[in-house]
Amino acid sequence: MSTQQQEPETQEAPEDPEMKGAQSPQDRRLAEKESGAIDEESEKKAELEGETVHIKVFRYDPEVEGKQEPRFDDFHVPFEKGMTVLDAVIYARDEYDSSLTFRHSCRQAVCGSDAFFINGKQRLACKTQLSELEQPVRIEPLPHQEVVKDLVVDMGHFYDQMHAVEPYFQDEDTPEVSDLEEQHQSPENREKIKMSSRCIWCGACMSSCNIAAGDNQYLGPAAINKAYKFAMDDRESEEIKEHRLRILEQEHGVWRCQTQFSCTEVCPKDIPLTEHIQELKREAVKKNLKFW
Amino acid sequence: MYEHDVIVVGAGGAGLRAAIAAHEAGADTALVSKLHPVRSHTGAAEGGINAALQEGDDWELHAYDTMKGSDYLGDAPAVETLAQDAPEDTMRLEHWGMPFSREEDGTVSQRPFGGLSYPRTTYAGAETGHHLLHTMYEQVVKRGIQVYDEWYVMNLATTNEPDPNDRECHGIVAYDVQSGNIEGFKANDGVVLATGGPGQAFDHTTNAVSCTGDGHAMAYRAGVPLEDMEFIQFHPTSLPSTGVLISEGVRGEGGILYNSEGERFMFEYGYANNSGELASRDVVARAELTEVDEGRGIEDEYVHLDMRHLGEERIVDRLENILHLAEDFEGVDGLVEPMPVKPGQHYAMGGIETDENGQTNIDGLYAAGECACVSVHGGNRLGGNALPELIVFGKRAGRHAAGEDLGEPEIETGYTGDIEDEDDAGFPVTPGRAGLDDVDEAIASDGGVTADAKGLLERAVERERDRVERLLERDEGVQHAEIRSKLQQAMTDYVNVFRTEDGVKKALKIIRECRQEYQNVYVDDPSRTFNTDLQHTIETRNLIDVAETIALGALVRNEFRGAHWRQENQRRDDENWLKHTMVSWDGGEPSVWYRPVILEGEEKTYEPKERSY
Repeated sequence: MSTQQQEPETQEAPEDPEMKGAQSPQDRRLAEKESGAIDEESEKKAELEGETVHIKVFRYDPEVEGKQEPRFDDFHVPFEKGMTVLDAVIYARDEYDSSLTFRHSCRQAVCGSDAFFINGKQRLACKTQLSELEQPVRIEPLPHQEVVKDLVVDMGHFYDQMHAVEPYFQDEDTPEVSDLEEQHQSPENREKIKMSSRCIWCGACMSSCNIAAGDNQYLGPAAINKAYKFAMDDRESEEIKEHRLRILEQEHGVWRCQTQFSCTEVCPKDIPLTEHIQELKREAVKKNLKFW
Repeated sequence: MYEHDVIVVGAGGAGLRAAIAAHEAGADTALVSKLHPVRSHTGAAEGGINAALQEGDDWELHAYDTMKGSDYLGDAPAVETLAQDAPEDTMRLEHWGMPFSREEDGTVSQRPFGGLSYPRTTYAGAETGHHLLHTMYEQVVKRGIQVYDEWYVMNLATTNEPDPNDRECHGIVAYDVQSGNIEGFKANDGVVLATGGPGQAFDHTTNAVSCTGDGHAMAYRAGVPLEDMEFIQFHPTSLPSTGVLISEGVRGEGGILYNSEGERFMFEYGYANNSGELASRDVVARAELTEVDEGRGIEDEYVHLDMRHLGEERIVDRLENILHLAEDFEGVDGLVEPMPVKPGQHYAMGGIETDENGQTNIDGLYAAGECACVSVHGGNRLGGNALPELIVFGKRAGRHAAGEDLGEPEIETGYTGDIEDEDDAGFPVTPGRAGLDDVDEAIASDGGVTADAKGLLERAVERERDRVERLLERDEGVQHAEIRSKLQQAMTDYVNVFRTEDGVKKALKIIRECRQEYQNVYVDDPSRTFNTDLQHTIETRNLIDVAETIALGALVRNEFRGAHWRQENQRRDDENWLKHTMVSWDGGEPSVWYRPVILEGEEKTYEPKERSY
């Protein structure tokens, strides 16, 4: 719980809103358009049309002979415009090997089931276009979690950490059924928690985090971000906020973060995780100063 | 064997709400779901929650709008319950910390939606469902409600009296996906099905891969009628390659639909001269397909939705997530080019027949949410009415299952002899069993009318273990993916937006072929660990049963009402069709019958009027 681990100011997240704007995917897209990158991209897509895509998929099953030793299987999948990595593994499963196992559900980046390690980076398979990847496309389960089978990892530890921050609204004064009076919240405060509330629990951030890899008790970026959502919400009382900060400044809490930004980089919902963690560090310091 | 008072199957919006309600009513409650709760498809809902919250609005207006939107196939007691309970249940979410969008004065925002006489759609950005799902899951964590996640519920444990109305449900049989273990879950007070929609019965759908109608199929085979299954909402703007939904919000903000000739067809071909692109979903969906059929589609498949004229600032401000969806899932930049869209299966208005308390005709068996049909949506669901249904009827089902007295329901359930039956002479093939082994059936084969719940459950578990053994032992035959894809294609080809007698009959024939092929289905993956091959194979059987009820309903209902259009009778036929289509499994020999719609509300009767906007 020592504050000495705080990182030097220089490593903090950029806070200039214009700088953030310049990094948004939107602007990046526009910049690409202007620079003509789109032409190259569409050429690349055209090249792929009618071709097959080569994917290499991690395989492991603890109880099936020949799969107990992890290996990679190669699949060649016919390419169609707009095809994603998820489409490719579904095709491989349905057409070539029905035992190929992975989680997936909504296909539109809200259920958070299909975060894999794709070409060396944590990504959601359903929102990763094949045309943007080098071939062969290497698809592995999320690192730093136990593999259950093929691309399925044990999410138990991730869920435990999410639950450890008391991830629920705490308002002891909730009126009874008869008078559920509306609590007010300013649009600014709502905006403040907006990005943090977009988390889909995919686990990409936790898997990318070196600290979490080395410290199994570290809460990790997703859980801290979840706590941020509540701590910053004005509808909860100051007392509860202090309670939340006490949880977060424990030994395996916010101070473990070394601002490497890997979580922020891989987050499929563009949540500024590192910034949120730094902000909570500052809040924790402020709180402690108050009591000194 | 596990044991709880109330067991809720499915952990999306309705399931979570039911579990919270049952827990609050003092029941030892468990959620059993094939997905971790936060993966549920409620999370994909964009629009909002209709609730009469403001001064000047009134639950009665909400009820009226809903009845009109249903094309007078909603049951008034259910519709009025929805409208009356929605404000309080929405406020409860606010108290649970749901991040609703806000006005300058700090009150929750509400916006106008299609078919509403007052702007009463309460929302949280364009991600209302995501926030609803996560907020309720948080409350489940807070209360310490037991969650069995990645447990796939295979069947119900019910008694098998000859009259389904005499049967009792004592629990479920579930399969632990991670370990392959099959276990019984005894429910002392009740089982609530909250398994979501059956969208995977169609080839092109906005629904998740997990929306396989499991609850529908289990209840149906146990003796609960499925109601109004032919009423399927097709959303006019889904992306062609994946079915991912492009929100109605794009058209709400001024997005325009063009055909391949660059014509604004909604006006130029007179599909909706007043509301144009904002006509109701079924009207726009039919218009798009007509354009494609008449050769004015793009790549013979879709039309264009253009929002470029709205300007970058407005698009980024209000429709930012649409840009991401179009880019990520279709590789199209909505700022520089129009987006390809076509109709996709989106929502099932019908489902498991229940009363206002969520109860079915089988004692101890409940249903809530999209899998249920109370019925509030009738022939057509209004935007913003799915989420309040989840919380209102999820809550009621949970409470009632836990033993709370919610008063006598006005809606009847179950078949009672004096009801109108359909002559099945018009069916092109015999629906149903088609030689399937008894072991595949839901009701206890030797369960009899026993009151020994434990014994009943043990036998049900044995039956499911046998079933899995047989599926795993077989080394050859046909794989489920082939059957599923054939089924989905048939439904999208013939039971889609436009329905003809000949087409629907073709679909029924193909569904029967699928049934026959399913007799030779086998699971290639021999593993007990996370065997999704096995799970999907069982789901495919459920899809066959559910698809058949959709097609049967579409065949018998020869009229045009709400989302259901029939070429042979392109008008709403109130004289003959102010009634619900019911399909009963009848031990493997499906029968179709009808129940009159209830238009009498608490204080007034909703007289059918033309559904024009």
